[in-house]
Amino acid sequence: MSFPWANEYKPSHPLMVWMDEKLPLPRLVYNAVGGGYEVPRNLNYFWNFGFLAGLCLVMQIVTGIVLAMHYGGDTRVAFNSTEHIMRDVNWGWLMRYAHANGASAFFVVIYLHIFRGFFYSSYKAPREMIWLIGVVIFLLMMATAFMGYVLPWGQMSYWGAQVITGLFSAIPLVGDAFREWLLGGFAPDNATLNRFFSLHFLLPFVILGVVILHVWALHIPGSSNPTGVEVKSESDTVPFYPYYIGKDGWTVALFMVLFGIAVFFMPNALGHPDNYVPANPMQTPAHIVPEWYFWPFYAILRAFTVDFLIVPAKLMGVLAMFSAILVWFFLPWLDRSPVRSGSYRPLYRKFFWFGLVPAMAVLFYCGGAPAEEPFVMLSQLASLYYFAHFLIIVPIVSSIERPDPLPFSITEAVLGADDKASLGGQG
Amino acid sequence: MAQEASIDTPAGQDGEGVRRRDFINIAAVSAAGIGAVAVVYPLISQMAPSADVLAESSTEVDISAVQPGQAIKSIFRKQPVFIRNLTTVEIEEANKVDVSGLRDPQTLKERTKEGHENWLITMGVCTHLGCIPLGPFDGGTVVGEFGGYFCPCHGSHYDTAARIRKGPAPKNLHVPEYEFTSDTVVTIG
Repeated sequence: MSFPWANEYKPSHPLMVWMDEKLPLPRLVYNAVGGGYEVPRNLNYFWNFGFLAGLCLVMQIVTGIVLAMHYGGDTRVAFNSTEHIMRDVNWGWLMRYAHANGASAFFVVIYLHIFRGFFYSSYKAPREMIWLIGVVIFLLMMATAFMGYVLPWGQMSYWGAQVITGLFSAIPLVGDAFREWLLGGFAPDNATLNRFFSLHFLLPFVILGVVILHVWALHIPGSSNPTGVEVKSESDTVPFYPYYIGKDGWTVALFMVLFGIAVFFMPNALGHPDNYVPANPMQTPAHIVPEWYFWPFYAILRAFTVDFLIVPAKLMGVLAMFSAILVWFFLPWLDRSPVRSGSYRPLYRKFFWFGLVPAMAVLFYCGGAPAEEPFVMLSQLASLYYFAHFLIIVPIVSSIERPDPLPFSITEAVLGADDKASLGGQG
Repeated sequence: MAQEASIDTPAGQDGEGVRRRDFINIAAVSAAGIGAVAVVYPLISQMAPSADVLAESSTEVDISAVQPGQAIKSIFRKQPVFIRNLTTVEIEEANKVDVSGLRDPQTLKERTKEGHENWLITMGVCTHLGCIPLGPFDGGTVVGEFGGYFCPCHGSHYDTAARIRKGPAPKNLHVPEYEFTSDTVVTIG
């Protein structure tokens, strides 16, 4: 939404005036991420991760297109062409390390972005649609990342594909047929690799399209803010350009420093040595683990070890794993508290920091650990808490909690009193 | 307007009953629908296993060198298949089990061929998520708590009839279609 006091796009150069009449693309950009988009003045650093996520997406697309110029999606050459990129292609090592670590960076950023949403209830009306689209983006990211990891056709690639597509065979009746269709064979093979390459190239552009919907939906109510109080007057906002472009630029620089350290000094820290062994369908690695960003969900999958009534353990695990993300879709309606921000919700805040966050940490840890005790039991407890948080704790807390008093306005939260607003405008 | 009506409706039934235009609408939408299905079907079906993949679905194995207590891995449909020569002790162990208490109730007899009860031939693909279980291959000693096979990925234990006994796997190791072409040669598939 553009607030009534938002700057209007006024092209001065005759060429831009002409352009504005024929195709008002610069106007669109100005209103979306320029001086025409008014944003709450009190955003903290948690609001920078959306911009960083966009940067990661662009970075993945650029490095990915470069890699596709040198990669061969055929089981006979895939592994070798990956090594060819690493050894022979000019700057190939940089492109591949940036792409592989870029995926991890993307997930770090997106997890923080999602947790911002959990803490400040960014999913609440009128922003439900932004949240729903965001969950769709996350699901698309997971599919894209999984298929990308299969492409080098190392041992982890192969066995990851075997295990993850094996999830679908848990579907009653049609599971095995569906999996064969998905793989184009009875086990991962050339047909699988080829289609994964094709889809891995396609999906980032689908994500880009859905991101545009995400930003579009965001611009209807405008950005939320750490107080959760809606914008009331002109003194509550500042234009996106230059204020938040400047702040985002600063966090981009910080991000690049950390990303550079990862790419140049520890590029394999998050990888698995097994993936430098060519895929061998006749030998399973002793310890199969997915990439770190799937660990919490992998831990939930493995937490189900006994049959539940007529539902076999395997199907239970698969259902639980998918439900762990699907439950996010219902969050806007599970959380009935009229107060958005966790900063003004003492009880919710406790359950967030001492419940959800530790449970996620345990799931992260157990997902990467071997499937033995005590990790299985820990994942079971953490999975139980995870679902209890969304399905029981959030609804109950939101109805019994007595929130702290909210500030009258964003300006009051920043400056102490609303009548000092004019001072803030000058400063 | 009046002129249009005379085209669209049978004479004398202005705006009532079935119009000719309705027929054209239904016919056009149906044709487009059938056309869409005709386009989508090949687009979906192309992802199913291709002819060359299906053509690899039969394999012959010489089992003359496998001694009782030993097992070998062969390849069927690009997946491992376990061929195990059971000892009499292992056969007895498998027969001792009360089948009704199993997750996937089957007797050893149902899982082997008549006259060849010592030959346990199963896919080497864990029914949980598709890892290759460990067993007495090349002198291997990891056979799980029930003496058959053990899947290290998520801890499924199989007994000496390759039946699931403990862990997350829902089914026994799958027995592929096979026949003994002679006493020492098996054709799988």
